[in-house]
Amino acid sequence: MSTVVTPGLFSQADVTVSKRTSYLLGFFALLVFFAFGIFGKAEPVAFQWSKEGDAIHLPDFIVGSNVVGIVVGSLLAAASVVSFLLARRRRATPMWITVGTGLTAVVALLAWIAAGDTIPFAFILGNAVVLAVPLALGAMGGIMSERVGVVNIAIEGQLLTGAFLAAVVGTLSGNLYVGLAAAMVGAALLSMVLAAFAIVYLVDQIIVGVVLNVLVLGITNFFYSQVLSNDGMHTNFPGTFDIMPIPGLSSIPILGHALFESRITTYLAYLIIPALWFVLFKTRLGLRARSVGEHPLAADTVGINVGRTRFWWVTIGGLVAGLGGAALTIGAVGAFGRNMSGGQGFIALAVVILGRWHPFSAAAAALLFGFSIVLRIWANQVSPDFPTDFITIVPYVVTLIAVIGFVGRVRAPAADGQPYIKG
Amino acid sequence: MKLELRGITKRFGSLVANDHIDLVVNSGEIHSLLGENGAGKSTLMNVLYGLYQADEGEILLDGTVQHFKGPGDAMAAGIGMVHQHFMLIPVFTVAENVVLGNEPTGPLGTLNLDEARKRVREISDRFGFDIDPDALVEDLPVGAQQRVEIIKALARDAKVLVLDEPTAVLTPQETDELMSIMRGLAKSGTSIVFITHKLREVQAVADRITVIRLGAVVGEAKPSESAETLASMMVGRAVDLAVTKHKPKKGNIGLSVTNLTVVGDRHNKVVDDVSFEVHAGEVLAIAGVQGNGQTELAEALVGLRIPSSGTIHLGELDITHSSVREVIDAGVGYIPEDRSKDGLVGDFTIAENVMINRSYGPPFANGLQVDFASRDRITDQLIKDYDVRTPSRETLAKKLSGGNQQKVVVARELSRDLNLLIASQPTRGVDVGSIEFIHERIVATRDAGKPVVIISTELDEVTALADRIAVMFRGRIVGIVDATASRETLGRMMAGATA
Repeated sequence: MSTVVTPGLFSQADVTVSKRTSYLLGFFALLVFFAFGIFGKAEPVAFQWSKEGDAIHLPDFIVGSNVVGIVVGSLLAAASVVSFLLARRRRATPMWITVGTGLTAVVALLAWIAAGDTIPFAFILGNAVVLAVPLALGAMGGIMSERVGVVNIAIEGQLLTGAFLAAVVGTLSGNLYVGLAAAMVGAALLSMVLAAFAIVYLVDQIIVGVVLNVLVLGITNFFYSQVLSNDGMHTNFPGTFDIMPIPGLSSIPILGHALFESRITTYLAYLIIPALWFVLFKTRLGLRARSVGEHPLAADTVGINVGRTRFWWVTIGGLVAGLGGAALTIGAVGAFGRNMSGGQGFIALAVVILGRWHPFSAAAAALLFGFSIVLRIWANQVSPDFPTDFITIVPYVVTLIAVIGFVGRVRAPAADGQPYIKG
Repeated sequence: MKLELRGITKRFGSLVANDHIDLVVNSGEIHSLLGENGAGKSTLMNVLYGLYQADEGEILLDGTVQHFKGPGDAMAAGIGMVHQHFMLIPVFTVAENVVLGNEPTGPLGTLNLDEARKRVREISDRFGFDIDPDALVEDLPVGAQQRVEIIKALARDAKVLVLDEPTAVLTPQETDELMSIMRGLAKSGTSIVFITHKLREVQAVADRITVIRLGAVVGEAKPSESAETLASMMVGRAVDLAVTKHKPKKGNIGLSVTNLTVVGDRHNKVVDDVSFEVHAGEVLAIAGVQGNGQTELAEALVGLRIPSSGTIHLGELDITHSSVREVIDAGVGYIPEDRSKDGLVGDFTIAENVMINRSYGPPFANGLQVDFASRDRITDQLIKDYDVRTPSRETLAKKLSGGNQQKVVVARELSRDLNLLIASQPTRGVDVGSIEFIHERIVATRDAGKPVVIISTELDEVTALADRIAVMFRGRIVGIVDATASRETLGRMMAGATA
């Protein structure tokens, strides 16, 4: 065949690698080394790996807070140097280095906050998982919708619908599983409205999503103030699912408590995330769905029904988000509160993007946000004089850094948000 | 398989895109559908492919009437289509694209990609395509992407293959290869419908020709017919295919580009150490296959892209780092390659589009206020001078035909005092009548003593207009030759050989 010409991609040797990641790592190395290390606190900090009465009990690890800062700071500096060297050889810094250094930097932050106290890993991780579940499930719903090309800004409304129905139906029926089913179906119906307006009537997807969010907020607020707050005992007292430790797995040191001593909502998330990955990337169904989100006309020309595919993926996405909503009430606190989702649907939207529309990355991003929320609560307990407002901004700073520095080129499904109009 | 279309009629509102079209394609025949842009060829094929439903008429395959509700039905009946704009998913692999909609699966609906790869390799080997089933489509050159489209159709057992303007993106050599592929397919019994507006290709490969004009069949022709006859059937009047121009009266150097390098969106050098000069009163054409850095070069020249090194001088003036507005004020006229994206605002009127790059001063504005009277007078004059067919100056630009849109852009750029004209794909998607007109205007600009740079992927246009031709390949200029160079030489240079 003739000479091969690749438009826009002439020679890999010409490609320059951005040094942005290297500079970011260097900045954090200096920050950790000096702020938490050299100028850090000298009090000892105890790393508590296990709880009392665990089958396998690891002893606490006690070390000076500033020592952690210096060690971690040096590690980060090393990673930054490696990253610079790689960039000079026109190679990108591997993901595991950035993620690994990010995690160790967090350890240094923990040690600095908890100087003179203990860091309860099982507690922090366990709560991070519980808080991450609604975000992760909301994000899975978002991924399902955006992968077929429908921007789903109504995740917030779907979470709130799920939370409300799970609590109310769970109380009225006296069966939490009925509540769970109601939450999923309710959110799926809401998704169907989005799908119908966006796909059939070609209304702007963002506008429909915003309207649905406001609608759900209004309706649930109305019922909350008119009914639930007057007669909470009979309408809004569902309780929560029991905690079901998985035999064997739950006694793994450090991770066991956090991951395998949870409620059914969490376990369902464990199943749904890999299942979604499998369907999206390993099956015919997923290939077709992704083709619809990337190039609907091309999908149409090979006989794939674009409208139908979009409609059902968005609807089933609602089912998953509804489960996330149920996790907020009957999977955690056991009652519905006014505006219970409180913007978590929008964070889930950020999780979708941070996770690059990929189920596993999105799950990791959700965990990151869950962790930031726990950090805020825990930091407040361990050092009350610590300015909470500062810790409150941590999740947002984390998002910014992650998006700017580590995510790099994010590519949404090419037809995300574009209605498909048949000729 | 024998394909018959009988009395196909397709209307969009009051517009009749296809008016009782009859077409017969015999088994193993290469049948060319010749017509201008907008004549209704693509509409007809979309009807055949089930993307549109015909208002009247019927489709027959081997004598049986077919009812296609969607592309799926058409494919099942044995019709395959290679669209002008490829229907491939850039982020999927070749194998995934080929099997999409027709996937081999294992238990639980899992994709059997091994089987998919096997299908690609089989067809690829049978026709000597040399395609890696695991390559991502977005990393493939356009010629290879086109072969993926053909594989996609053949993998579905297409007996009738429709190729819609398949040569628009190919080098002359790739075009020759495509033609031999077409002949091979026809020999193995596939019927081929070859849609094009390029006479040379029709004459080279077609067994029979049906000419379409304004949605209706004008008549049949043999490939042995002269280009002039075919062209006049296509356009409906006598056409002068040659551009008349006199020997250039070269003046001083109007534009000099020295060691220009531009880094593209993917951090690679899309324009790589390019140097050339254009004299006043001379047309320099930049030829090359699409995507070899011509677009980025043009954008760098007019200030839309910042070069990473090198200089651009307009006469004595250094415009390397000038803003777009400074470049416009320095007298650089620019006809961008994509008029609907970069040349016009579709939702603005013609008058608004005419003033859009000089909105900040006379003759279109007085201080903060638009001088509507002056603007309307100028617009009306331009509409008359440039023969823009429009109901009024208040018509939205998007409502005009491609040729008339382009005339608005050309009118706007040529109606001011220029020191340089840069025209990128000046006649892409423009009807033959308008092509003649635009070419005349470009030559007139040259004859008025201005330096002109033409960027075109159409060799015919390049050789007709240019005084000298620079060929770009992978961001570099492989050579600058005289306009008398042969097509073969230019073709070799477009594939990277030095002159």
